Amino acid sequence: MSEDPRVSRAIALTWREAELLDRREYESWNALYTEEALYVIPIDPDTTDHANTLNMVYDDARMRRLRVSRLTEGYAIAAVDAARTVRTVSRFVPESVSDTGVVLRSAQILVAYKRSRHDLWAADVTHHIRLSPEGPDADRITRKVIQLINSDAPVPAAGFLL
Amino acid sequence: MTWPGELVSGDRVAGSLYTDPAIFAGELTRIFERTWVWVAHESELPGPGTFRSTHVGTQPVIVTRDRAGDLHTLVNRCRHRGASLCERQNGRANGFTCPYHAWSYGLDGTLRGVPYPTGYEGVLEKADLPLVTLRTESHGGMIFATFDPGAVPLREFLGDAAGWIDRFMLQGGGFPIKVLGRHRFTYRGNWKIQLENTTDGYHFPIVHRSWMASVDAETANMMSFMTDQDAVTHDLGNGHSVMRMVPDRSDLAVDDGTEPLPARFAPLVEDLSRTFPDDEVRRLVRSVHGTGFNLNLFPNVAMSGSFFRVLRPVAVDETVVEHIAIGPDGPPELDALNRERLRIHEHFQGPFGFGTPDDAEGWDRVQRGAQAVPDLPIMVNRGLSRESRDGEGWPTSHVTDETGMRASYRMWKQLMSDE
Repeated sequence: MSEDPRVSRAIALTWREAELLDRREYESWNALYTEEALYVIPIDPDTTDHANTLNMVYDDARMRRLRVSRLTEGYAIAAVDAARTVRTVSRFVPESVSDTGVVLRSAQILVAYKRSRHDLWAADVTHHIRLSPEGPDADRITRKVIQLINSDAPVPAAGFLL
Repeated sequence: MTWPGELVSGDRVAGSLYTDPAIFAGELTRIFERTWVWVAHESELPGPGTFRSTHVGTQPVIVTRDRAGDLHTLVNRCRHRGASLCERQNGRANGFTCPYHAWSYGLDGTLRGVPYPTGYEGVLEKADLPLVTLRTESHGGMIFATFDPGAVPLREFLGDAAGWIDRFMLQGGGFPIKVLGRHRFTYRGNWKIQLENTTDGYHFPIVHRSWMASVDAETANMMSFMTDQDAVTHDLGNGHSVMRMVPDRSDLAVDDGTEPLPARFAPLVEDLSRTFPDDEVRRLVRSVHGTGFNLNLFPNVAMSGSFFRVLRPVAVDETVVEHIAIGPDGPPELDALNRERLRIHEHFQGPFGFGTPDDAEGWDRVQRGAQAVPDLPIMVNRGLSRESRDGEGWPTSHVTDETGMRASYRMWKQLMSDE
């Protein structure tokens, strides 16, 4: 952990998020995001203009809510039979730090298991985190970009989230 | 081995068509290395010296546009010791130089240079060793290539499908079509499971219930074709078929002006109206969801509503699919429209879409299930008793019927049985 308590809080939030995703607690996961937040899984590693580019996921609050419904309501056969996942988030680099927010880069290694296969999903992740004056429990994610190292190659169709 | 032709009859196919590696090997040579295979859209080769690398069957190729603007499809394999020449997905180049011994080739595949040539005196004529080149022809911006120098012209192979390609391209709303981006994903199943799926109206409300629940009422209503008797599938010949889910959107040039534009596009209409006249705005916005049909072209590409769906066989039980987003190619004021198209594409398509993962799960399950009792057939008989020829002479049945699959398998049988 960082000696800077602001960075430590940001790291703690990414770990809380990672566990919620592995446990498929999507409602609680979505509550970590602000209403303005974007959750993006890009395809093109060289662009920052995700709005004008095709992505795997480009979710605002409305799309995240729909996605949580999809993943939890039981109609989506890919979600009902989703791979089980275990992920670690590490190699943290604080890109910017202030009393109100942290931009945190990290590495995420996720292993997804389904029907005798282990798939590896490796990504550079950037979290924009808003620190709350009310304390760590009220810290929220305002932006997350998951840049898979193989984003421009074929990947398995997924029933979970990165 | 049973002769492949016997594995397919009018209303069923053998389960081994999905699982037998020997059949898969035969398909590569008899189908993918013989018939016309889609390789690129013209917008992906926007000027002289542009290229895109892809595959024909399992063979890596590079599609190029030379200085004169002509298209070529080159096998991505150095004539010296076999190294691949290009590992970039697309770009611009004057030619291709092998990384191993620096043999260099032009955009048309001619061997231009060999380093330290004295060792080749009397043993090598450069003119004898161009890259292996496929015949390359296009229709309506769709570029196809074939390994067979004796194949019928592309236009003849497309036959009645050509008119549907032209109709599909009308969704540019008066502008040409360009590729906006592509999703790529794999599934653990045979390529023909995907070939069938694009002409499978029957699965839609079942597999895509989750997507249907997530879209606005207008979109959901548009895709409610299960009991619409006007929604039909035509067998167009040569394995091609068209599934018309929303028949009154078959020809976007036909507009009596009565259909209101969806309310949720009001901000887009306002945005476009600053630049374009009202009739052009209407044409563009009416086309945001694409056409009302899926055109399935044997063996590897579908023009599916508003995007291209391309399959690539990797192994008997592994396939790569691309979902290619498209939109009108025009001034930057169209960006707002293309952003809308990108978001609609992301909503359904790709490895994290609200539709694709459910399709892929279904296809994986077919591959797993088809291992059992290999002698049991796969049934493609839905709608046989209500299939008849329409005014164009096309075998036609309801959109949920398996007419398009029967069309593909008849072509499969022909190609796999011919000497």
